[in-house]
Amino acid sequence: MAFHSNESLKFITMLKIENLHARVEGREILKGLSLTVNAGEVHAIMGPNGAGKSTLGNVLSGREGYEVTAGTVTYNGIDLLALEPEERAAAGVFLAFQYPVEIPGVNNTYFLRAAFNAQRKGRGEKELDSMQFLKLVREKLKVMQISDELLHRAVNEGFSGGEKKRNEIFQMAVLEPQLAILDETDSGLDIDALKQVAQGVNALRSPARAFLMITHYQRLLDYVVPDFVHVLADGRIVESGDKSLALKLEEHGYVGIGEGASA
Amino acid sequence: MSQSAPLPLVESLLDAPLPGSGIAWLDAARRENREAFASGGLPDTRVEAWKYTALRALGQRSFAHGDSQAHTRIVDASTLTLPGIDGPKLVFVNGVFRADLSALDSLPAGLTLQPLSQALHGDAEPLRFALSWPAVVGHVREAGDAFAQINAASAGDGVVLRVAANTKVAVPVQLVFVGASAENVLAWHARNVIELGDDAELTLVEQHIANGEQGHLATLVSDIDLREGARLHHIILQNADIGANLIRRSSLHLQARAHARLHVLELGGALVRHDLRAELLGDGAQLDTRGVFMPHGRQHIDTQLAIRHQALNTTSSSNWRGVANDRARGVFRGAIVVAPGADGSDASLSNKNLLLSPSAEIDTKPELEIYADEVKAAHGATVGQLDERSLFYLRSRGIPQAEARALLTAAFCRAVLDDLPNETLREHLSALLIAHLPT
Repeated sequence: MAFHSNESLKFITMLKIENLHARVEGREILKGLSLTVNAGEVHAIMGPNGAGKSTLGNVLSGREGYEVTAGTVTYNGIDLLALEPEERAAAGVFLAFQYPVEIPGVNNTYFLRAAFNAQRKGRGEKELDSMQFLKLVREKLKVMQISDELLHRAVNEGFSGGEKKRNEIFQMAVLEPQLAILDETDSGLDIDALKQVAQGVNALRSPARAFLMITHYQRLLDYVVPDFVHVLADGRIVESGDKSLALKLEEHGYVGIGEGASA
Repeated sequence: MSQSAPLPLVESLLDAPLPGSGIAWLDAARRENREAFASGGLPDTRVEAWKYTALRALGQRSFAHGDSQAHTRIVDASTLTLPGIDGPKLVFVNGVFRADLSALDSLPAGLTLQPLSQALHGDAEPLRFALSWPAVVGHVREAGDAFAQINAASAGDGVVLRVAANTKVAVPVQLVFVGASAENVLAWHARNVIELGDDAELTLVEQHIANGEQGHLATLVSDIDLREGARLHHIILQNADIGANLIRRSSLHLQARAHARLHVLELGGALVRHDLRAELLGDGAQLDTRGVFMPHGRQHIDTQLAIRHQALNTTSSSNWRGVANDRARGVFRGAIVVAPGADGSDASLSNKNLLLSPSAEIDTKPELEIYADEVKAAHGATVGQLDERSLFYLRSRGIPQAEARALLTAAFCRAVLDDLPNETLREHLSALLIAHLPT
């Protein structure tokens, strides 16, 4: 892709979700969700429990068991739903898990390099050897303010909740996705850990990268200021606005939101 | 166990002449064992210890005895070396000692290492107890000892290893059993006697490797005695030919404060059986076993671990992993007995297994019998598939499905190597495990 200037990026549509319907275990969770995300934008998806927030993240990253029954998802002009999870990753989609998985016996650095090189291979780029990769990782650690002790441990094994979430952001920093989906990355974090995670996300904001932040609380948005806030309720976006919408939700809750929008 | 029509296997094994030693008690023991094998025959699946390992197909096969070319068969020397291991070495090809491939010069003081065939030329009396088995007065014979009997009758060679009291052998000792292609499909046997004196220390690497395609039947019986305070680290790497039939028994006896650590990798072979028995005879004796078995294709790998706590405050911990692919079968039995009087003992056993294919099978059976007081015991066994959440996590980071599966499987088996202190060897064994994974 040839971008002429940072400004022009602002108006390139990266992700276009149209009338998305999805089922989990036979139950319809997403019921006609539509959303457009341009490069460089940060979108917050808020909503009550059970609205379909995590389902959206899982459908976009290709998790098995999520059946799309209608609608389309176009990512950089291609049909995202036709890709395997690893192909989506290679194409630049990253999901920061709500519950990062512990993988005993797999070293964090080894795992990251395998992922990094698999993505590069998937894009037809040259793989990095372990020395080159270590150099890159050390730079990212500095930016993320994460201790290199994390590199020597097994993936997420025995990590605290905060360490797991920081590890997700660290992986994101190394893999440099174009579209980052953060699934309740703020949940379970104390205020210091939240600030650290937010600082990491802010450091990665760029005109070429878009964020979809799925969250239940407005708290994260104090530290990562979104361009748009959407309310997801009963499987659809029922209201969209700027960051002031999040404040309104914080004050009044989800009751009554989007009622006027229901068709 | 029919008496009427001997199986071709039994017939062909009995066809082998007894190795004459000229030592009256040994020749008598060999004759007795031969007779016991002739009358007892092979165990069938009604015998509990052979429930999951049927010998029907093996029983119909015949094996030639004696490889007259064993002394001169060409063996790629590089297969006899292991990274991180550089010390005395004893090599056997089709059961025959090969001085030219072994390394027995400048043995450390206090270490005796020689082939049984040579040891018997000297003072054989110290070997009498071990080699008289099972003719020892009062010894109870068990059903299913057939292979130990034919081994006792027919093994003309093997390892004699002794470490003198208070001797710490700094370099690891390597024992290599090579199955080499021959003009005939062979049966060969090896009998090993290993003794560590009081407070002696040794690292022992036992390798079973293939030299070409063969399909032989090998039996190996090892007696391993650890005197008070002795410490043994025993690494067993079984990487035999995919067609090989390998039936082994390792019996450990641990006196007070003795500590044995085992790391066992079972990778090769068609029909593989390992009876690993340990008796914790002295107070405070300690045993740690770690192992992984990875049958694929149509391999059948059976490990029978039996541990008896017989003294105060004895400890055993066992951690075994199985990975079966294709139509392979893995069998694991972990039987722990804490005998009356073994108060204050601590026994733990874990066997986790992965099935990588719907046609693969793993039978696991942990057994725990406690007859003593204040015993801590834990045991568990699982059989499952790769965790879908972990797979998706790796794929969501860009790692393709096949690679993600291999990575998780490797991590699963490598856990048994975690506490192997020789890092070079650990890395090598880890790479071997990964090389055995389906691609």
